Amino acid sequence: MEITCINCPVGCRLNVTLENGQVVSVTGNTCKRGEVYARQECVDPQRMVTAVIPVRGSAMPLSVKTRTPIPKKLIKDCMKALADVQLDAPVEAGRVVLANVCGTGVDVIATKSVP
Amino acid sequence: MERQMKQVDVLVIGAGPAGLAAAIAAKEDGIDNLLVLEREHNPGGILRQCIHNGFGLHRFKEEFTGPEYAQRDIDRARELGIEIQTDTTVLSVDGDHTVTCVSSAHGVEVLSAKAIVLAMGCRERPRGALGTPGTRCAGIYSAGTAQKFVNLEGYMPGKRVVILGSGDIGLIMARRMTLQGAKVLACVELMPFSSGLNRNIVQCLNDYDIPLYLSHTVIDIKGRERLTGVTVAKVDENRQPIPGSEIEFDCDTLLLSVGLIPENELSEGAGVKLSPLTSGAEVDDVLQTNVPGIFACGNVLHVHDLVDHVSNESFRAGHAAAAYVRGALACGETIDVRDGAGVRGTVPQRIRKGVNESVDLMFRPSGVFRNATCVVTCGEREIARKKAPIFTPGEMAVIKLKPEIVASLDETVTVTIERS
Repeated sequence: MEITCINCPVGCRLNVTLENGQVVSVTGNTCKRGEVYARQECVDPQRMVTAVIPVRGSAMPLSVKTRTPIPKKLIKDCMKALADVQLDAPVEAGRVVLANVCGTGVDVIATKSVP
Repeated sequence: MERQMKQVDVLVIGAGPAGLAAAIAAKEDGIDNLLVLEREHNPGGILRQCIHNGFGLHRFKEEFTGPEYAQRDIDRARELGIEIQTDTTVLSVDGDHTVTCVSSAHGVEVLSAKAIVLAMGCRERPRGALGTPGTRCAGIYSAGTAQKFVNLEGYMPGKRVVILGSGDIGLIMARRMTLQGAKVLACVELMPFSSGLNRNIVQCLNDYDIPLYLSHTVIDIKGRERLTGVTVAKVDENRQPIPGSEIEFDCDTLLLSVGLIPENELSEGAGVKLSPLTSGAEVDDVLQTNVPGIFACGNVLHVHDLVDHVSNESFRAGHAAAAYVRGALACGETIDVRDGAGVRGTVPQRIRKGVNESVDLMFRPSGVFRNATCVVTCGEREIARKKAPIFTPGEMAVIKLKPEIVASLDETVTVTIERS
Protein backbone atom coordinates (compact mmCIF):
# COMPACT_ATOMS: atom_id res chain seq x y z
CA MET A 1 0.00 0.00 0.00
CA GLU A 2 1.36 3.43 -0.95
CA ILE A 3 0.50 6.61 0.96
CA THR A 4 1.82 10.19 1.16
CA CYS A 5 3.24 11.30 4.47
CA ILE A 6 1.55 14.49 5.70
CA ASN A 7 3.90 15.51 8.51
CA CYS A 8 5.90 18.08 6.53
CA PRO A 9 6.17 19.59 3.04
CA VAL A 10 8.62 16.90 1.84
CA GLY A 11 5.63 14.57 1.35
CA CYS A 12 7.52 11.25 1.29
CA ARG A 13 5.83 8.44 -0.62
CA LEU A 14 5.59 5.66 1.93
CA ASN A 15 5.44 2.02 0.94
CA VAL A 16 3.66 0.09 3.61
CA THR A 17 3.49 -3.69 3.77
CA LEU A 18 0.53 -5.13 5.65
CA GLU A 19 0.00 -8.68 6.84
CA ASN A 20 -3.34 -9.64 8.41
CA GLY A 21 -4.14 -5.97 8.92
CA GLN A 22 -0.87 -5.33 10.75
CA VAL A 23 1.97 -3.17 9.44
CA VAL A 24 5.09 -5.29 8.95
CA SER A 25 7.29 -2.75 7.17
CA VAL A 26 7.42 0.91 6.14
CA THR A 27 9.86 2.15 3.51
CA GLY A 28 10.30 5.49 1.70
CA ASN A 29 10.19 7.57 4.87
CA THR A 30 13.10 9.89 5.60
CA CYS A 31 12.35 10.38 9.29
CA LYS A 32 10.77 8.63 12.24
CA ARG A 33 7.52 10.59 11.99
CA GLY A 34 6.79 8.96 8.63
CA GLU A 35 6.83 5.49 10.14
CA VAL A 36 4.61 6.52 13.07
CA TYR A 37 2.15 8.11 10.64
CA ALA A 38 2.12 5.08 8.33
CA ARG A 39 1.44 2.69 11.21
CA GLN A 40 -1.57 4.73 12.34
CA GLU A 41 -2.86 5.68 8.87
CA CYS A 42 -2.83 2.17 7.40
CA VAL A 43 -4.39 0.40 10.36
CA ASP A 44 -6.74 2.94 11.89
CA PRO A 45 -6.93 6.27 10.01
CA GLN A 46 -8.38 9.05 12.16
CA ARG A 47 -9.66 12.52 11.29
CA MET A 48 -10.93 15.57 13.07
CA VAL A 49 -14.37 16.48 11.73
CA THR A 50 -15.46 20.11 11.61
CA ALA A 51 -18.81 21.32 10.31
CA VAL A 52 -21.45 24.02 10.52
CA ILE A 53 -24.98 23.36 11.75
CA PRO A 54 -28.01 25.65 11.86
CA VAL A 55 -29.22 27.11 15.16
CA ARG A 56 -32.87 28.10 15.71
CA GLY A 57 -33.13 31.77 16.57
CA SER A 58 -29.88 32.73 14.86
CA ALA A 59 -29.15 33.77 11.29
CA MET A 60 -25.58 32.52 11.72
CA PRO A 61 -24.77 28.82 11.68
CA LEU A 62 -22.72 27.29 14.50
CA SER A 63 -19.26 25.87 13.82
CA VAL A 64 -18.50 22.60 15.60
CA LYS A 65 -15.72 20.02 15.85
CA THR A 66 -15.14 16.56 17.20
CA ARG A 67 -13.14 17.06 20.41
CA THR A 68 -10.55 14.55 19.16
CA PRO A 69 -10.13 12.69 15.85
CA ILE A 70 -12.59 9.90 15.03
CA PRO A 71 -12.16 6.93 12.65
CA LYS A 72 -12.07 8.17 9.06
CA LYS A 73 -14.73 5.67 7.99
CA LEU A 74 -17.23 7.35 10.33
CA ILE A 75 -16.95 10.88 8.85
CA LYS A 76 -20.10 10.48 6.73
CA ASP A 77 -22.10 9.01 9.61
CA CYS A 78 -20.89 11.82 11.85
CA MET A 79 -22.16 14.42 9.34
CA LYS A 80 -25.51 12.56 9.13
CA ALA A 81 -25.82 12.54 12.91
CA LEU A 82 -25.03 16.27 13.01
CA ALA A 83 -27.75 16.98 10.44
CA ASP A 84 -30.32 15.79 13.00
CA VAL A 85 -29.08 17.96 15.87
CA GLN A 86 -31.65 20.55 16.98
CA LEU A 87 -30.19 23.56 18.76
CA ASP A 88 -31.60 26.79 20.10
CA ALA A 89 -29.65 30.03 20.46
CA PRO A 90 -27.77 31.05 22.49
CA VAL A 91 -24.96 28.49 22.31
CA GLU A 92 -21.68 28.95 24.18
CA ALA A 93 -18.32 27.93 22.68
CA GLY A 94 -17.20 24.61 24.15
CA ARG A 95 -20.73 23.30 24.74
CA VAL A 96 -21.31 19.65 23.82
CA VAL A 97 -23.79 19.66 20.93
CA LEU A 98 -23.68 15.90 20.31
CA ALA A 99 -22.27 13.48 22.89
CA ASN A 100 -20.52 10.26 21.92
CA VAL A 101 -20.99 10.72 18.18
CA CYS A 102 -21.61 7.39 16.35
CA GLY A 103 -20.53 5.49 19.45
CA THR A 104 -16.94 6.72 19.17
CA GLY A 105 -16.85 8.03 22.72
CA VAL A 106 -15.98 11.44 21.22
CA ASP A 107 -18.17 14.50 21.76
CA VAL A 108 -18.90 17.14 19.14
CA ILE A 109 -18.50 20.60 20.66
CA ALA A 110 -19.25 24.18 19.58
CA THR A 111 -16.17 26.12 18.44
CA LYS A 112 -17.81 29.53 18.72
CA SER A 113 -20.60 31.24 20.61
CA VAL A 114 -23.85 32.12 18.87
CA PRO A 115 -25.83 34.78 20.76
CA MET B 1 -17.04 73.46 9.47
CA GLU B 2 -14.22 72.77 11.88
CA ARG B 3 -14.06 69.05 12.64
CA GLN B 4 -12.92 67.91 16.06
CA MET B 5 -9.98 65.61 15.46
CA LYS B 6 -9.73 62.65 17.81
CA GLN B 7 -6.17 62.00 18.99
CA VAL B 8 -4.87 58.48 19.70
CA ASP B 9 -1.41 57.18 20.49
CA VAL B 10 -1.56 53.93 18.52
CA LEU B 11 -4.17 53.28 15.84
CA VAL B 12 -4.45 49.74 14.47
CA ILE B 13 -6.28 49.19 11.18
CA GLY B 14 -7.87 45.74 11.11
CA ALA B 15 -8.93 43.42 13.95
CA GLY B 16 -7.87 40.14 12.41
CA PRO B 17 -5.10 38.08 14.00
CA ALA B 18 -2.45 40.67 13.00
CA GLY B 19 -4.30 43.72 14.31
CA LEU B 20 -5.31 41.98 17.54
CA ALA B 21 -1.74 40.86 18.27
CA ALA B 22 -0.31 44.32 17.50
CA ALA B 23 -2.90 45.98 19.76
CA ILE B 24 -2.27 43.49 22.59
CA ALA B 25 1.49 44.09 22.42
CA ALA B 26 1.13 47.89 22.38
CA LYS B 27 -1.33 47.83 25.27
CA GLU B 28 0.88 45.49 27.31
CA ASP B 29 3.69 48.01 26.78
CA GLY B 30 1.58 50.66 28.48
CA ILE B 31 -0.13 52.40 25.56
CA ASP B 32 -3.61 53.17 26.92
CA ASN B 33 -4.86 55.56 24.25
CA LEU B 34 -5.19 52.80 21.68
CA LEU B 35 -7.89 52.21 19.07
CA VAL B 36 -8.51 49.34 16.68
CA LEU B 37 -10.71 49.97 13.62
CA GLU B 38 -12.44 46.98 11.99
CA ARG B 39 -14.53 46.95 8.83
CA GLU B 40 -16.58 43.86 9.76
CA HIS B 41 -19.18 43.56 12.52
CA ASN B 42 -16.98 41.23 14.59
CA PRO B 43 -13.26 41.08 15.29
CA GLY B 44 -11.31 37.96 14.26
CA GLY B 45 -10.76 38.56 10.55
CA ILE B 46 -10.51 35.62 8.18
CA LEU B 47 -10.14 33.15 11.08
CA ARG B 48 -13.86 33.50 11.78
CA GLN B 49 -14.67 31.59 8.61
CA CYS B 50 -11.80 29.09 8.86
CA ILE B 51 -13.76 26.56 10.91
CA HIS B 52 -11.30 23.71 10.20
CA ASN B 53 -8.62 22.79 12.70
CA GLY B 54 -4.85 23.10 12.50
CA PHE B 55 -4.26 26.60 13.87
CA GLY B 56 -1.95 27.46 16.74
CA LEU B 57 0.35 24.43 16.93
CA HIS B 58 3.46 26.63 17.06
CA ARG B 59 2.13 29.34 19.35
CA PHE B 60 -0.02 27.35 21.76
CA LYS B 61 1.34 23.80 21.23
CA GLU B 62 -2.29 22.87 20.72
CA GLU B 63 -4.49 22.58 17.65
CA PHE B 64 -7.42 25.00 17.38
CA THR B 65 -10.05 25.82 14.78
CA GLY B 66 -9.92 29.37 13.36
CA PRO B 67 -12.73 30.77 15.55
CA GLU B 68 -11.09 29.26 18.67
CA TYR B 69 -7.68 30.76 17.82
CA ALA B 70 -9.21 34.19 17.18
CA GLN B 71 -11.23 34.04 20.39
CA ARG B 72 -8.06 33.69 22.46
CA ASP B 73 -6.80 37.04 21.17
CA ILE B 74 -10.24 38.67 21.32
CA ASP B 75 -10.57 37.59 24.98
CA ARG B 76 -7.09 38.91 25.78
CA ALA B 77 -7.89 42.23 24.06
CA ARG B 78 -11.12 42.53 26.08
CA GLU B 79 -9.29 41.66 29.31
CA LEU B 80 -6.83 44.47 28.59
CA GLY B 81 -9.67 46.90 27.84
CA ILE B 82 -8.63 47.49 24.23
CA GLU B 83 -11.21 49.51 22.31
CA ILE B 84 -12.21 47.82 19.03
CA GLN B 85 -14.52 49.96 16.89
CA THR B 86 -16.22 47.57 14.46
CA ASP B 87 -18.40 48.28 11.39
CA THR B 88 -15.92 51.03 10.57
CA THR B 89 -14.22 51.37 7.20
CA VAL B 90 -11.01 53.36 6.92
CA LEU B 91 -11.19 55.56 3.82
CA SER B 92 -7.71 57.00 3.85
CA VAL B 93 -4.45 57.19 5.75
CA ASP B 94 -2.14 60.15 5.20
CA GLY B 95 1.61 60.29 5.61
CA ASP B 96 1.11 62.79 8.45
CA HIS B 97 -0.84 60.10 10.40
CA THR B 98 -4.30 61.52 9.74
CA VAL B 99 -6.85 58.75 9.29
CA THR B 100 -10.34 59.19 7.85
CA CYS B 101 -12.92 56.52 8.54
CA VAL B 102 -16.67 56.07 8.19
CA SER B 103 -19.30 54.11 10.08
CA SER B 104 -23.08 54.10 10.32
CA ALA B 105 -22.82 54.92 14.04
CA HIS B 106 -20.47 57.91 13.85
CA GLY B 107 -20.50 59.07 10.22
CA VAL B 108 -17.20 60.32 8.86
CA GLU B 109 -14.50 60.70 11.50
CA VAL B 110 -11.00 62.10 11.20
CA LEU B 111 -8.39 60.85 13.65
CA SER B 112 -4.81 61.65 14.29
CA ALA B 113 -2.45 58.96 15.57
CA LYS B 114 1.12 59.11 16.84
CA ALA B 115 1.73 55.64 15.40
CA ILE B 116 -0.30 53.54 12.96
CA VAL B 117 -0.20 49.77 12.51
CA LEU B 118 -1.44 48.60 9.10
CA ALA B 119 -3.07 45.17 9.55
CA MET B 120 -5.64 45.03 6.76
CA GLY B 121 -4.80 41.52 5.58
CA CYS B 122 -5.09 40.36 1.99
CA ARG B 123 -7.73 39.52 -0.54
CA GLU B 124 -8.16 36.86 -3.15
CA ARG B 125 -7.07 37.19 -6.74
CA PRO B 126 -10.33 37.49 -8.69
CA ARG B 127 -11.50 35.97 -11.98
CA GLY B 128 -10.65 39.16 -13.86
CA ALA B 129 -6.97 38.69 -13.03
CA LEU B 130 -6.89 35.27 -14.75
CA GLY B 131 -8.05 36.16 -18.23
CA THR B 132 -10.23 33.06 -18.47
CA PRO B 133 -12.60 33.25 -21.45
CA GLY B 134 -16.30 32.48 -21.33
CA THR B 135 -19.56 34.01 -20.20
CA ARG B 136 -20.15 36.25 -17.18
CA CYS B 137 -22.69 33.95 -15.54
CA ALA B 138 -23.53 33.47 -11.86
CA GLY B 139 -21.92 30.60 -9.98
CA ILE B 140 -18.27 31.72 -10.03
CA TYR B 141 -16.84 32.56 -6.62
CA SER B 142 -13.47 32.95 -5.04
CA ALA B 143 -12.92 30.08 -2.60
CA GLY B 144 -12.89 32.44 0.37
CA THR B 145 -16.21 33.98 -0.61
CA ALA B 146 -17.75 30.52 -0.82
CA GLN B 147 -16.18 29.74 2.56
CA LYS B 148 -17.86 32.82 4.03
CA PHE B 149 -21.25 31.83 2.57
CA VAL B 150 -21.07 28.27 3.90
CA ASN B 151 -19.40 28.80 7.27
CA LEU B 152 -20.67 32.19 8.39
CA GLU B 153 -23.95 32.65 6.58
CA GLY B 154 -25.18 29.09 6.19
CA TYR B 155 -25.71 29.20 2.42
CA MET B 156 -24.45 26.61 -0.04
CA PRO B 157 -23.23 28.34 -3.22
CA GLY B 158 -23.89 25.32 -5.44
CA LYS B 159 -24.30 21.58 -5.88
CA ARG B 160 -21.78 20.47 -8.51
CA VAL B 161 -18.43 22.13 -8.10
CA VAL B 162 -15.12 22.48 -9.96
CA ILE B 163 -12.24 24.19 -8.16
CA LEU B 164 -9.56 26.07 -10.10
CA GLY B 165 -6.29 26.37 -8.19
CA SER B 166 -5.01 24.04 -5.50
CA GLY B 167 -4.05 26.55 -2.83
CA ASP B 168 -4.98 25.59 0.70
CA ILE B 169 -8.26 27.54 0.72
CA GLY B 170 -9.38 25.71 -2.44
CA LEU B 171 -8.49 22.34 -0.92
CA ILE B 172 -10.21 23.14 2.36
CA MET B 173 -13.32 24.20 0.42
CA ALA B 174 -13.29 20.98 -1.61
CA ARG B 175 -13.76 19.09 1.67
CA ARG B 176 -16.21 21.57 3.19
CA MET B 177 -18.49 21.58 0.11
CA THR B 178 -18.40 17.76 0.04
CA LEU B 179 -19.20 17.39 3.74
CA GLN B 180 -22.04 19.91 3.48
CA GLY B 181 -23.61 17.90 0.65
CA ALA B 182 -22.20 19.14 -2.69
CA LYS B 183 -20.41 17.02 -5.31
CA VAL B 184 -16.89 18.28 -6.03
CA LEU B 185 -15.94 17.00 -9.48
CA ALA B 186 -12.34 18.15 -9.77
CA CYS B 187 -9.59 20.35 -8.48
CA VAL B 188 -7.63 21.84 -11.40
CA GLU B 189 -4.07 23.19 -11.02
CA LEU B 190 -2.13 25.04 -13.73
CA MET B 191 1.27 24.17 -12.26
CA PRO B 192 2.77 20.66 -12.24
CA PHE B 193 2.61 20.74 -8.41
CA SER B 194 0.11 21.92 -5.83
CA SER B 195 0.93 24.92 -3.66
CA GLY B 196 -1.23 23.42 -0.91
CA LEU B 197 -0.01 21.41 2.07
CA ASN B 198 0.35 17.63 1.66
CA ARG B 199 -1.94 17.30 4.64
CA ASN B 200 -4.69 19.11 2.74
CA ILE B 201 -4.18 17.13 -0.48
CA VAL B 202 -4.56 13.89 1.48
CA GLN B 203 -7.30 14.91 3.90
CA CYS B 204 -9.36 17.21 1.65
CA LEU B 205 -9.05 15.59 -1.80
CA ASN B 206 -7.88 11.97 -1.47
CA ASP B 207 -10.18 11.20 1.48
CA TYR B 208 -13.17 12.09 -0.70
CA ASP B 209 -11.84 10.71 -4.02
CA ILE B 210 -11.72 14.18 -5.58
CA PRO B 211 -9.33 14.08 -8.57
CA LEU B 212 -6.48 16.63 -8.74
CA TYR B 213 -5.62 17.59 -12.32
CA LEU B 214 -2.06 18.99 -12.29
CA SER B 215 -0.83 20.97 -15.35
CA HIS B 216 -4.45 21.64 -16.32
CA THR B 217 -6.54 24.79 -16.46
CA VAL B 218 -10.04 26.01 -17.22
CA ILE B 219 -10.18 27.21 -20.84
CA ASP B 220 -13.90 27.91 -21.14
CA ILE B 221 -16.78 28.89 -18.88
CA LYS B 222 -20.30 28.16 -20.08
CA GLY B 223 -23.76 29.27 -19.01
CA ARG B 224 -26.11 32.18 -19.62
CA GLU B 225 -27.58 33.13 -16.29
CA ARG B 226 -26.07 30.36 -14.19
CA LEU B 227 -22.90 28.40 -14.85
CA THR B 228 -23.68 25.13 -16.68
CA GLY B 229 -20.20 23.80 -17.27
CA VAL B 230 -16.48 24.40 -17.70
CA THR B 231 -13.93 23.05 -20.16
CA VAL B 232 -10.62 21.94 -18.67
CA ALA B 233 -7.51 21.25 -20.77
CA LYS B 234 -4.02 20.00 -20.13
CA VAL B 235 -1.26 22.61 -20.54
CA ASP B 236 2.25 22.26 -21.94
CA GLU B 237 5.45 23.45 -20.25
CA ASN B 238 4.67 27.01 -21.40
CA ARG B 239 1.27 26.74 -19.73
CA GLN B 240 -0.50 26.76 -23.10
CA PRO B 241 -3.59 24.51 -23.53
CA ILE B 242 -2.91 21.34 -25.52
CA PRO B 243 -5.56 20.85 -28.26
CA GLY B 244 -7.40 17.57 -27.97
CA SER B 245 -6.89 17.28 -24.20
CA GLU B 246 -10.19 18.99 -23.30
CA ILE B 247 -12.42 17.54 -20.58
CA GLU B 248 -15.98 18.84 -20.14
CA PHE B 249 -17.40 19.20 -16.64
CA ASP B 250 -21.10 19.63 -16.07
CA CYS B 251 -21.15 21.90 -13.01
CA ASP B 252 -23.08 24.83 -11.54
CA THR B 253 -20.23 26.29 -9.51
CA LEU B 254 -16.61 27.24 -10.12
CA LEU B 255 -14.46 28.17 -7.13
CA LEU B 256 -11.21 30.08 -7.66
CA SER B 257 -8.27 29.52 -5.35
CA VAL B 258 -5.60 31.26 -7.36
CA GLY B 259 -3.61 33.37 -4.97
CA LEU B 260 -3.79 36.14 -2.41
CA ILE B 261 -2.78 39.80 -2.72
CA PRO B 262 -2.02 42.08 0.24
CA GLU B 263 -4.66 44.81 0.45
CA ASN B 264 -2.50 47.94 0.33
CA GLU B 265 -4.63 50.74 -1.13
CA LEU B 266 -4.55 52.59 2.21
CA SER B 267 -0.79 52.09 2.56
CA GLU B 268 -0.15 53.57 -0.88
CA GLY B 269 -2.25 56.62 -0.02
CA ALA B 270 0.00 57.17 2.99
CA GLY B 271 3.10 57.15 0.78
CA VAL B 272 4.23 53.74 1.99
CA LYS B 273 6.69 52.17 -0.44
CA LEU B 274 5.61 48.70 -1.59
CA SER B 275 7.77 45.80 -2.68
CA PRO B 276 6.95 44.42 -6.14
CA LEU B 277 7.90 40.96 -4.84
CA THR B 278 5.66 40.72 -1.77
CA SER B 279 3.06 43.36 -2.86
CA GLY B 280 3.37 44.55 0.74
CA ALA B 281 5.28 47.37 2.37
CA GLU B 282 9.05 47.45 2.53
CA VAL B 283 9.90 47.40 6.22
CA ASP B 284 12.82 47.32 8.63
CA ASP B 285 13.43 44.75 11.37
CA VAL B 286 10.69 46.24 13.58
CA LEU B 287 8.19 46.31 10.69
CA GLN B 288 8.38 50.09 10.26
CA THR B 289 7.68 51.27 6.71
CA ASN B 290 9.49 54.10 4.95
CA VAL B 291 6.94 56.48 6.54
CA PRO B 292 8.09 57.09 10.13
CA GLY B 293 5.58 55.82 12.70
CA ILE B 294 3.66 53.64 10.22
CA PHE B 295 4.14 49.91 10.74
CA ALA B 296 2.79 46.91 8.79
CA CYS B 297 2.26 43.29 9.83
CA GLY B 298 0.43 40.11 8.91
CA ASN B 299 -0.93 39.37 5.44
CA VAL B 300 -0.96 43.04 4.40
CA LEU B 301 2.84 42.90 4.68
CA HIS B 302 3.35 39.53 2.98
CA VAL B 303 1.08 36.53 2.60
CA HIS B 304 1.70 33.97 5.36
CA ASP B 305 0.85 30.25 5.51
CA LEU B 306 0.56 30.05 9.28
CA VAL B 307 -1.38 32.35 11.57
CA ASP B 308 1.17 31.62 14.30
CA HIS B 309 3.76 33.51 12.23
CA VAL B 310 1.28 36.35 11.70
CA SER B 311 0.76 36.70 15.45
CA ASN B 312 4.47 36.66 16.26
CA GLU B 313 5.28 39.22 13.58
CA SER B 314 2.42 41.44 14.73
CA PHE B 315 3.44 41.36 18.40
CA ARG B 316 6.75 42.75 17.19
CA ALA B 317 5.02 45.54 15.23
CA GLY B 318 2.87 46.41 18.26
CA HIS B 319 5.87 46.61 20.59
CA ALA B 320 7.69 48.78 18.05
CA ALA B 321 4.70 51.14 17.65
CA ALA B 322 4.58 51.53 21.45
CA ALA B 323 8.32 52.30 21.55
CA TYR B 324 7.88 54.84 18.74
CA VAL B 325 5.16 56.65 20.72
CA ARG B 326 7.44 56.79 23.79
CA GLY B 327 10.29 58.11 21.64
CA ALA B 328 12.26 54.99 22.51
CA LEU B 329 12.60 53.45 19.05
CA ALA B 330 16.09 53.71 17.63
CA CYS B 331 15.82 54.70 13.97
CA GLY B 332 18.96 55.54 12.10
CA GLU B 333 21.03 54.02 9.38
CA THR B 334 19.89 50.69 7.97
CA ILE B 335 21.51 47.75 6.19
CA ASP B 336 19.72 46.44 3.08
CA VAL B 337 18.58 42.82 2.88
CA ARG B 338 18.63 41.35 -0.64
CA ASP B 339 17.25 38.23 -2.29
CA GLY B 340 19.98 35.97 -3.67
CA ALA B 341 19.58 32.89 -5.87
CA GLY B 342 16.54 30.76 -5.05
CA VAL B 343 14.98 33.39 -2.79
CA ARG B 344 12.02 35.72 -3.37
CA GLY B 345 10.63 38.57 -1.30
CA THR B 346 12.67 38.52 1.89
CA VAL B 347 11.06 40.44 4.78
CA PRO B 348 12.35 42.64 6.37
CA GLN B 349 13.99 44.48 3.47
CA ARG B 350 16.35 46.35 5.83
CA ILE B 351 17.77 46.01 9.33
CA ARG B 352 18.60 48.90 11.64
CA LYS B 353 22.34 49.24 12.14
CA GLY B 354 23.83 48.46 15.54
CA VAL B 355 20.68 46.88 17.03
CA ASN B 356 21.27 44.08 19.50
CA GLU B 357 18.08 42.03 18.88
CA SER B 358 17.40 38.83 16.99
CA VAL B 359 15.75 39.16 13.56
CA ASP B 360 13.74 36.55 11.65
CA LEU B 361 14.33 36.73 7.91
CA MET B 362 11.27 35.36 6.09
CA PHE B 363 11.06 34.55 2.39
CA ARG B 364 9.54 32.32 -0.30
CA PRO B 365 11.85 29.90 -2.09
CA SER B 366 11.59 30.58 -5.83
CA GLY B 367 11.32 26.87 -6.64
CA VAL B 368 11.45 23.43 -5.07
CA PHE B 369 14.89 22.66 -3.58
CA ARG B 370 15.53 19.26 -1.97
CA ASN B 371 18.29 18.76 0.61
CA ALA B 372 19.35 22.36 0.24
CA THR B 373 20.92 24.96 2.50
CA CYS B 374 19.84 28.53 3.15
CA VAL B 375 22.92 30.73 3.53
CA VAL B 376 22.92 34.35 4.75
CA THR B 377 25.92 36.55 4.07
CA CYS B 378 26.88 40.06 5.14
CA GLY B 379 29.13 41.28 2.37
CA GLU B 380 31.50 38.32 1.91
CA ARG B 381 31.03 37.03 5.45
CA GLU B 382 28.67 34.10 6.14
CA ILE B 383 26.44 34.93 9.13
CA ALA B 384 23.81 32.17 9.19
CA ARG B 385 23.15 28.80 7.62
CA LYS B 386 20.20 26.39 7.77
CA LYS B 387 19.86 23.00 6.11
CA ALA B 388 16.45 21.59 5.26
CA PRO B 389 15.20 18.46 3.49
CA ILE B 390 13.03 20.70 1.32
CA PHE B 391 12.42 24.36 0.50
CA THR B 392 9.24 24.95 -1.50
CA PRO B 393 7.35 28.06 -2.65
CA GLY B 394 4.30 26.77 -0.78
CA GLU B 395 5.98 27.18 2.58
CA MET B 396 7.46 30.42 3.89
CA ALA B 397 11.03 29.82 5.06
CA VAL B 398 12.38 31.49 8.19
CA ILE B 399 16.00 31.91 9.21
CA LYS B 400 16.94 33.56 12.47
CA LEU B 401 19.82 36.00 12.93
CA LYS B 402 21.14 36.06 16.51
CA PRO B 403 21.36 39.39 18.39
CA GLU B 404 25.17 39.50 18.30
CA ILE B 405 25.10 38.84 14.54
CA VAL B 406 22.54 41.59 13.97
CA ALA B 407 24.66 43.99 16.05
CA SER B 408 27.67 43.25 13.85
CA LEU B 409 26.02 43.95 10.46
CA ASP B 410 28.01 46.43 8.40
CA GLU B 411 27.32 45.52 4.76
CA THR B 412 24.40 44.40 2.60
CA VAL B 413 22.83 41.13 3.78
CA THR B 414 22.03 38.54 1.10
CA VAL B 415 19.86 35.43 1.51
CA THR B 416 20.43 32.53 -0.90
CA ILE B 417 19.47 28.89 -1.24
CA GLU B 418 22.34 26.60 -2.23
CA ARG B 419 21.69 23.19 -3.75
CA SER B 420 23.85 20.47 -2.29
